[in-house]
Amino acid sequence: MAKAKLRTGDVIDGFTLGEVAHKGGMARLWHVTHPDHTEPMLMKVPDLGEGGDPATIVGFEMEQMILPRLSGPHVPHVIAIGDFSVQPYVVVEQISGTSLYPWLERLPLAPEEVADLGAKIATALVSLHHQKVVHLDIKPSNIMFRETGEAVLVDFGLARHLELPDLMDEEFRLPYGTAPYMAPEQVLGHRSDFRSDIFALGALLYFFATGKRPHGDPQRLKGLKRRLWRDAVPPRALNPAIPLALQEVILRCLEINPARRYPTAAQLAVDLQDLEHVALTPRAAKMKRDSWSVVIKRRFNPDPMDMVKPEKMTGQLYDAPIIAAAVDLSGSSPELLESLRIMVSRAVEQTPNARIACLNVLKVNRITLDSTLDSTGNNKHVKRLVDLKSWASGLKAPDGGITFHVLEAVSPATAILEFSRENHVDHIVMGARAETAMRNLLGSVSGEVAAHAPCTVTVVRNRVWPEVEEPKGGWVGP
Amino acid sequence: MLIAILSDIHANREAYETCLEAAAAAGAERIVLLGDIVGYGADPQWCVDKTRELVAAGAICLRGNHDEAAVIGPTSMNETATTAIEWTRTQLSPEALAFLADLPMTVEEDDRLYVHADASSPARWHYVTDAESAGIHFDATPKRVSFCGHLHQPGLYSRLGQGTVTAFTPNSAGPLPLLTQRRWLAVMGAVGQPRDRNPAAAYGLYDDRTRDLRFMRAAYDVDTAANKIRAAGLPDSLATRLLSGR
Repeated sequence: MAKAKLRTGDVIDGFTLGEVAHKGGMARLWHVTHPDHTEPMLMKVPDLGEGGDPATIVGFEMEQMILPRLSGPHVPHVIAIGDFSVQPYVVVEQISGTSLYPWLERLPLAPEEVADLGAKIATALVSLHHQKVVHLDIKPSNIMFRETGEAVLVDFGLARHLELPDLMDEEFRLPYGTAPYMAPEQVLGHRSDFRSDIFALGALLYFFATGKRPHGDPQRLKGLKRRLWRDAVPPRALNPAIPLALQEVILRCLEINPARRYPTAAQLAVDLQDLEHVALTPRAAKMKRDSWSVVIKRRFNPDPMDMVKPEKMTGQLYDAPIIAAAVDLSGSSPELLESLRIMVSRAVEQTPNARIACLNVLKVNRITLDSTLDSTGNNKHVKRLVDLKSWASGLKAPDGGITFHVLEAVSPATAILEFSRENHVDHIVMGARAETAMRNLLGSVSGEVAAHAPCTVTVVRNRVWPEVEEPKGGWVGP
Repeated sequence: MLIAILSDIHANREAYETCLEAAAAAGAERIVLLGDIVGYGADPQWCVDKTRELVAAGAICLRGNHDEAAVIGPTSMNETATTAIEWTRTQLSPEALAFLADLPMTVEEDDRLYVHADASSPARWHYVTDAESAGIHFDATPKRVSFCGHLHQPGLYSRLGQGTVTAFTPNSAGPLPLLTQRRWLAVMGAVGQPRDRNPAAAYGLYDDRTRDLRFMRAAYDVDTAANKIRAAGLPDSLATRLLSGR
């Protein structure tokens, strides 16, 4: 069984323990070295002393199961796992960047800083949710930043992998989580909704933007349950420097019913990256909490919480895609523009929670400094935006579900690809250039996009009919 | 070593062959058959011959209640199962019957236990359907990892010390790490007659080095298997349930 007390200099499976890096409530982190591994590493060892919380063991087991299945820059890379039969541990890379702690000393932060941190954390959640994991304990102490800027989520002790047994749920009757950040459905014991992490991130953004927690730090279940019916004080009432768009984003994350929150972390990340494009609702300008009559109705006659079954949760990500419609307004025939609009509207009809980004690339010359004005003095950028909006006017997108972007670039394909990577685009829809000498000379933009896109690409082409050979010598009757 | 675990073949040659091929392609080095080689399906003799060949080459095969009924006659079976087993008895050679009569109720290997139904009383054919019945099984064996079948629906149970029994319904073919501090009971789905609304044949792959278990599914030629059941004059419900996986 596990050794009662570890000391600096002890060797476990070839790992030599250095100093204690951090002592948490449930585990200790040790600096370790190993002859086969040169990178800086940390060994996490659970505190299994007498009278300890039984959740310590189960949380550690969950981490042992989930961490090895995760990949990408937003989670720590696992180096080794130690068995409970000898000494339970997990060895992970030491993230060489910073934690969120230094920021906590100077709250409230500037709104731009809040949005920037939020966008990075939301991007990490996009990656995690695509790997079928709900973190369920998003809070400042569980977020690190790499030197390259990416947010890294640590501590998967309360997490749920939708394809692994949920030992936490099976072993304990009471909900586990961190009081200020726990989503209402998590308080009710629901542990498989990606949108619970969106609530927690909203609570974190609220805290960073105002210096106060939206629902305090209740220590009992009764206090936790208050958030099922009581809404938070609007952030702008606490800090008037917060722009309307940021309040809109934060309060949407903190919606009581998951169905009213952002459907995906990707849509949240896109809004935080670009507050100017956020569609404002009455949430944005709210300066007071909901009236007592609303609160009482919610308490005694609540609208049914949207509880998605775990097996349906992954599908939910597909129900709310970010679709980029790349429209070549000048190089496409009217028929092709029409076909493209029909294709996009079909996608919107099938996925009402979709976000549509309409793109147009304004080609600029590599060498000469282009004027933003055309020969007759019109602003080309504005003209393109007007044309793009006109093209999209027939699309039935939900309020705020559609945005317009004119990108100025030398290479249209590169611009479309870059936009798609930066904005978590799930699906690019674009037209094919007609069979012309121009395409033969320049190559196909859609071909290049399809070859390099990080997501699905639909290339729309008007049907090409076989050419009919005219019979020579005129029409011959029967 | 990668171990392929197949349960409840039920004389379904098409499903059996498909699972064996898929397991071989995945690199399985050992085969464990958890019983019910015959009953319900149209190819009992072929399935017993194939099993004898595998056992001769080192596979483990357990006894299931249908294998026993083929030898001694049906007891406490429903009407359809009785009809099928009476027909099966007319199809099997004396050598096949002798092979089935000799099959063991349980086999232990390293930290593993293999049994058709459950460890508490293997010959009484109890179903493991929930955490409570899994707890009764855990109380009856000291082995760390157990594999059983009989239910035709996959499930995975675990217990830490004498704590709560956890239940899980596998929902992917991804690896499930059977952590060493826990004890585990894997209920394998059926090769030849799945009843979890998925008609694809079910089998398992367990790596005793990484301790990862995978609940696999393999699509097979269900139409041929169902047509053979009808052609043999067996109850039509046995054919239709293969198509729906219920």
